[in-house]
Amino acid sequence: MSALTALARASAVQAGVAQPIATVRHVHLSSRPLVFIPLSLAGEAHAPLAALVGSSVESPQLLVVPQPRNRDQRFGFAATLAEILVSYVDSFCGETETVAVDRGRDVRERYVDAPQILVPNGGGIGFVRLFGRSTRFRRTTGEWAVDPAVPLLGRWLTFFAERAEYPGSSMLVSMTGALGMHWATGQSSVEDANLAALLGWIAPPAGMTGAEAALEAEDPLRWPPAGPATDPTFDNEVLAPAIESGSLSTLEKALRDQLEPTWELMWRGVSLLRALPAGSRVERRWADDRGAFTGYVEYVAEGGFPQAKLDVAVAAAQRLAKLERAQALYDAQRAYDDPLVLAEYRLTGEAFAGSVVASSPDRLDASGKKRVLRPHITVRSDDPVRLGPGVTVVSPARPAQKGRIVSVSGSDVVLELSGGMGRGLTAPPGSVPEVGERLTYTTLTESYQAPAAFPSRDETPWTHGGPPAEYVPDNEDAAEEWS
Amino acid sequence: MTDVLPGVLADLTSHRGVVVDSPPGAGKSTLVVKATKEMVSSGQLPLMIVAQTNEQVDDLISRLITALPPGVVIGRLSAQGYVPTPRVAAHASVTVGSKVADLGPALIVIGTAAKWATLNDGQWPWAIVDEAYQMRSDMLLRIANRFDKALFVGDPGQLDPFSVVESERWNGLTWDPMQSAVAVLLRHNPHLPVHRLPVSWRLPFSAAPVVSQAFYPFTGFSSGTGDGDRRLSLTTASFGGGPVDAAVETAAATGWALYELPNRHTLRTDAEAAAACASLAQRFLERGAVAYSEQAPDGAPVTASRIAIGAAHRDQVAAIRSYLPPSSEITVDTANRLQGREYDVTIVLHPLSGRRDATAFHLESGRLCVLASRHRHACVVVARAGIPELLDAHPSTEPVHLNVPVKFPDGWEANQSIMAHLNGHRVNV
Repeated sequence: MSALTALARASAVQAGVAQPIATVRHVHLSSRPLVFIPLSLAGEAHAPLAALVGSSVESPQLLVVPQPRNRDQRFGFAATLAEILVSYVDSFCGETETVAVDRGRDVRERYVDAPQILVPNGGGIGFVRLFGRSTRFRRTTGEWAVDPAVPLLGRWLTFFAERAEYPGSSMLVSMTGALGMHWATGQSSVEDANLAALLGWIAPPAGMTGAEAALEAEDPLRWPPAGPATDPTFDNEVLAPAIESGSLSTLEKALRDQLEPTWELMWRGVSLLRALPAGSRVERRWADDRGAFTGYVEYVAEGGFPQAKLDVAVAAAQRLAKLERAQALYDAQRAYDDPLVLAEYRLTGEAFAGSVVASSPDRLDASGKKRVLRPHITVRSDDPVRLGPGVTVVSPARPAQKGRIVSVSGSDVVLELSGGMGRGLTAPPGSVPEVGERLTYTTLTESYQAPAAFPSRDETPWTHGGPPAEYVPDNEDAAEEWS
Repeated sequence: MTDVLPGVLADLTSHRGVVVDSPPGAGKSTLVVKATKEMVSSGQLPLMIVAQTNEQVDDLISRLITALPPGVVIGRLSAQGYVPTPRVAAHASVTVGSKVADLGPALIVIGTAAKWATLNDGQWPWAIVDEAYQMRSDMLLRIANRFDKALFVGDPGQLDPFSVVESERWNGLTWDPMQSAVAVLLRHNPHLPVHRLPVSWRLPFSAAPVVSQAFYPFTGFSSGTGDGDRRLSLTTASFGGGPVDAAVETAAATGWALYELPNRHTLRTDAEAAAACASLAQRFLERGAVAYSEQAPDGAPVTASRIAIGAAHRDQVAAIRSYLPPSSEITVDTANRLQGREYDVTIVLHPLSGRRDATAFHLESGRLCVLASRHRHACVVVARAGIPELLDAHPSTEPVHLNVPVKFPDGWEANQSIMAHLNGHRVNV
């Protein structure tokens, strides 16, 4: 936890209400997200019990597995969920836009909108991932055949779960995660994983403090757990008798009562997040999500294989490299969008803010073959400057311009600027910061990083076990090593 | 050490790879230089050498130049825009280039792993990978097609490579890209011979058993010098005394000191602890410490450049530096950047000092191992009281994953072991 978040948490205790730790919203929010609240049966590894799902607050659909231990009913649940989810996904495969790719060398089509699934907490994302894994390899013919929609559901759930690992993606979002990114409460991060308690802190009912509201949220009768795990007392006293009674309406009522409070909370969370203005780079990240969505729609249409259970050596390394690039970019984009996030970097010395006290916009560097425009500016900062000469910094206000630290003496930092000033030997007016301008400079950069080169799959070296065997679809694909 | 090399080179002719584990200061670099020399004289060329940072590359080059027979050209593969450091540029037998073709007739090509990874072709029959435990396995994946046979040298007790991305996705895979290069290499090639260097020439007699027991519990090593071979004496007396002087004297006499501040939960940049680190380091200078060792039997003054202060985080480093005069030549750095360096005296800000919890980052045994094994004479640890209690309140709770080999040493255990030893060298403030 950073010092600033620690301070915000302490202030939350004092004020009795959660404190903002972001000035803008850093997640994309769809105009019609699919809210999905899954429940699983206790004591049976990953057995779906029920789900409340829908893309508008008025019309949640309740799915129930009357006997969760029955495998046929489990895949019946998957088929019903597939109908809802796949038709939701399909509804975005309409209008496209043409975008330049490969640094302008090519163009491709991209859907103008994409699906977004909201689950209550990290456990919900885990459910999506595991349910995708248990359905995407199912066969639609022969023994143990399932509805053809089931493996398709599995692929889409897996696609969403893999996007959720990707820093900055908003395709599958946990509500506790999204809220926790914008508010600091006066409780521990473990308690923050309880959606009711978290919302209690962020928006306590009138006449109550956040702590009181959170305490009330601990009562499972008033606020049943947001899943996927259920309340053990509910399991014993309500669920078990309802399953045994064989009456579907009793069971449906019991489960609806467990899920509806969370449904309300989810949409309250949505409106809280919608009330925040979106950060200016959120749309850019959503465009990446839309690109990934378009790509996967095409891949499925071409009859591609379901996602592999394991990444082979080259795929694992490539994925890690991709995730690391995305993480660095996401960190930079959030800091550029949000002065409160940038403040954290100022505290750790990776950024400094100050006023320009001297500027020589016409300075030329004649040391090379050709004279180039390299203005110097001096920034006076009250922040502890922990960056040394030679370090390259960028100001979020002028992202196209780089500054190289020439010297640091006391609170004065001299920067040599390059970029963002045209091609001539005189800087256009306004392209060089003027004396008196207040700026923040940081080492975080959102500039393009060329992807790393990896050997092809067939060239996997001996140090990593050599080339892996080719994948051949098999009836045993759905079986797990331990099953 | 002299016994290890022939065995290593013999194994390399019959295996695709050989691993040499080296505890702190056991002559890893010397081994790399000697192995290179042997391979040059037996014609095992061309040879590629991989190090992890530009500084390591330059270090190796300057050591190779003096060791190799004249006329052997070393090619330094480097990124565009690299400006050769004086110690590299001064030698005619070193060529510098960003492409192999630019290096001329060099039979030994040396560069960082990141630079080697940009090459798409070329094949070297022999390779030496230095600091292989600091390299992530995905980096090895990118460079492994460039060589036929390789000698991997590194210290298994130091910091594991890390990633800014947290993912459990690859847990248990033999090719987990987050693991070190050697871990992945050995899981796929379990029959590869592993040699160990048995003697630390850096750590004094007072430190080798402590570090060996805490961080190398199953392999162990001993110090190259005996009891009393190294001595630290203070030439001036203290005026009035005080805890700082007491800690300096304890460290000079026994090789260790624990400068214990009162128990308190603090921010990472604990001002009191940072100030204490700085004043302890300066006190060694003020007291005129002189180091007597096998290298300097008549004593050599401990100058500022022979003292280092180590901490876990960069903001702590900045805080400590702010308590030193701007002109001070005392090194202040994080554990990551102190890896492979050596000083007479070190001051260590304990990673768990003032913390309320013991996270995996702060418990990582490699971090403490690096900090506690940089010194030739004495090490002073600065910490808030209550670390053993904090450890007791935070037993390791890392989840256990299928197919993940158990890793030793355990950070929790190693921390307890070091604290138990320091307890006998405690100076209370």
